[in-house]
Amino acid sequence: MLFRTATLVSVLMVLALLAGVILSLIYGAWPALRTFGLSFITREKWNPVTEIFGAAGPLYGTLVTSVIALLIAVPLSFGIAVFLTETCPRWLRGPISGGIELLASIPSIVYGIWGLFVMAPILQHSVQPWLIDHLGPLPLIGPLFRGPPFGIGLLTAGVVLAIMVLPFISSVMREVFRMAPTSLKEAAYGLGATQWNVVWQVVLPWSRAGVIGGIMLGLGRALGETMAVTFVIGNAHRINLSLLAPATTISAAIANEFSEAVGDLYTSALFYLGLLLFVLTFGVIALARLLLLRLERAGAGRV
Amino acid sequence: MITVLQRRRVMNFVAFAASGVATAIGLAVLVAILWTLLSRGLGALSLDVFRQSTPAPGSSGGLANAIFGSVLMTLIGILIGAPIGLLSGTYLAEYGRGSRLATVVRFINDVLLSAPSIIIGLFVYTLLVVRMGRFSAIAGAVSLALIAMPVMVRSTEDMLNLVPRSLREGSAAMGAQPWRTILRIVFPAARSGLLTGLLLSVARISGETAPLLFTALNNQFWSGDLTRPMANLPVVIFQFAMSPYDDWQKLAWVGAVLITLFVLLLSILARAIASMFGQHSQTGE
Repeated sequence: MLFRTATLVSVLMVLALLAGVILSLIYGAWPALRTFGLSFITREKWNPVTEIFGAAGPLYGTLVTSVIALLIAVPLSFGIAVFLTETCPRWLRGPISGGIELLASIPSIVYGIWGLFVMAPILQHSVQPWLIDHLGPLPLIGPLFRGPPFGIGLLTAGVVLAIMVLPFISSVMREVFRMAPTSLKEAAYGLGATQWNVVWQVVLPWSRAGVIGGIMLGLGRALGETMAVTFVIGNAHRINLSLLAPATTISAAIANEFSEAVGDLYTSALFYLGLLLFVLTFGVIALARLLLLRLERAGAGRV
Repeated sequence: MITVLQRRRVMNFVAFAASGVATAIGLAVLVAILWTLLSRGLGALSLDVFRQSTPAPGSSGGLANAIFGSVLMTLIGILIGAPIGLLSGTYLAEYGRGSRLATVVRFINDVLLSAPSIIIGLFVYTLLVVRMGRFSAIAGAVSLALIAMPVMVRSTEDMLNLVPRSLREGSAAMGAQPWRTILRIVFPAARSGLLTGLLLSVARISGETAPLLFTALNNQFWSGDLTRPMANLPVVIFQFAMSPYDDWQKLAWVGAVLITLFVLLLSILARAIASMFGQHSQTGE
């Protein structure tokens, strides 16, 4: 009885943690909520001196870096998942999937220092000049690739984030691909389908919900990732159309400015940013979990 | 003239070649990161790193105070977070199986598992730092505990679910109370799985930086006082890497190597134990 009560109390503590997080964010953000209201979300200005704050800059940076990360990480993760479930010889499967999963255990601060000192110079000297020369003059997408190659900025942050979410997305994809019923695959082979046909036209449609869930899980991580982004984003609170320009994200702004914030309103504005981030990631992750849960009920095992 | 059959064959080849390339890119990045760390960090690694405290710019020093702080806060974090996580996971797998409360908690725990750690930092800041009036090591340890907890809940539940039902039924048939069955039969059967979960939670929090920025902050000097700011490796790496000083940047690389090697070692160890456990549970029934 005592033991049972102890486990029950612990479970309630998990609930209390979530409630505490929500309450503390609202409590901390209250002065800024009262002063700026919802216009906070659309205002670009971020001026600690005049105490006018707006979240548009960090919000834009958060969304853009996450989209870049997904654009790079989703095709790569799909390739890795297909390779590991279909082509890879059995004896190589363990080491390769282990190696990819080790990417997930490297601390984010290490990605940050690596991104700043190794990745940013490479992008600055070889990739970005090429993008400026070849994509900059194009209509429509041209403005995304104009301006000087800073090295740090939205694009670099997106690339680092892509590497960080890659192992999460690919491991979910691998799990759900494995769940696809063998009978379905065999039926397709019986009709003369190639191995690629089976993957693309049978396995992928069957595991659609799980794949989307995995991508959303990656998105949730990308939105909230802090240290790696803080190193390479450049901390500039304005919206610049160019992906090569320095910017900031919600988490990077909090990490950079929180311990230096003077004045209640400044601190409170950072809490407001945190609240926005929480709502954003909570929505995305909750949706991802619901999708995966649905698939899990259809198949077996937890992803 | 290319036939449909040839086109399908070419498509098949191209697609699988591309998937191989994707895998190669993923592994290449891992190798590149490890290579950079080893080549930049190992060179500057010396005994002084473990003996001296973090230096002022321009003078020589080490990371001793930061290593001590990291170890201490991770230890306290695990001592708080792991038992709560273990008990919650036990509730989800044993008492609460299928109950509505368990479903809700499982869902919330999964969300907490992927929630941004910086938000946990803001929570502990409001909870402890504002109340105490200053940054402190204990606040840092609590924020690490809150991050370790969901990891432990999830792995405990998964591991206990691997233990065959028949063992529990056998114990119940002998007249054992549920708590006795769990403590004497289920936990020992899931021993190595639980250990894996513990190692993974240590790995998860030992490199955690964001929440420490507003809780433990940093300290230039050696400090064992839990109610005051304490140096720790991640924040020192952050501060030193962003600084313009050459010797500070070198120490940042050394710190990065130490943390990465520690975390990778833990992950590999956890994986090895888990795969041994997996074989046992297959042959055990």
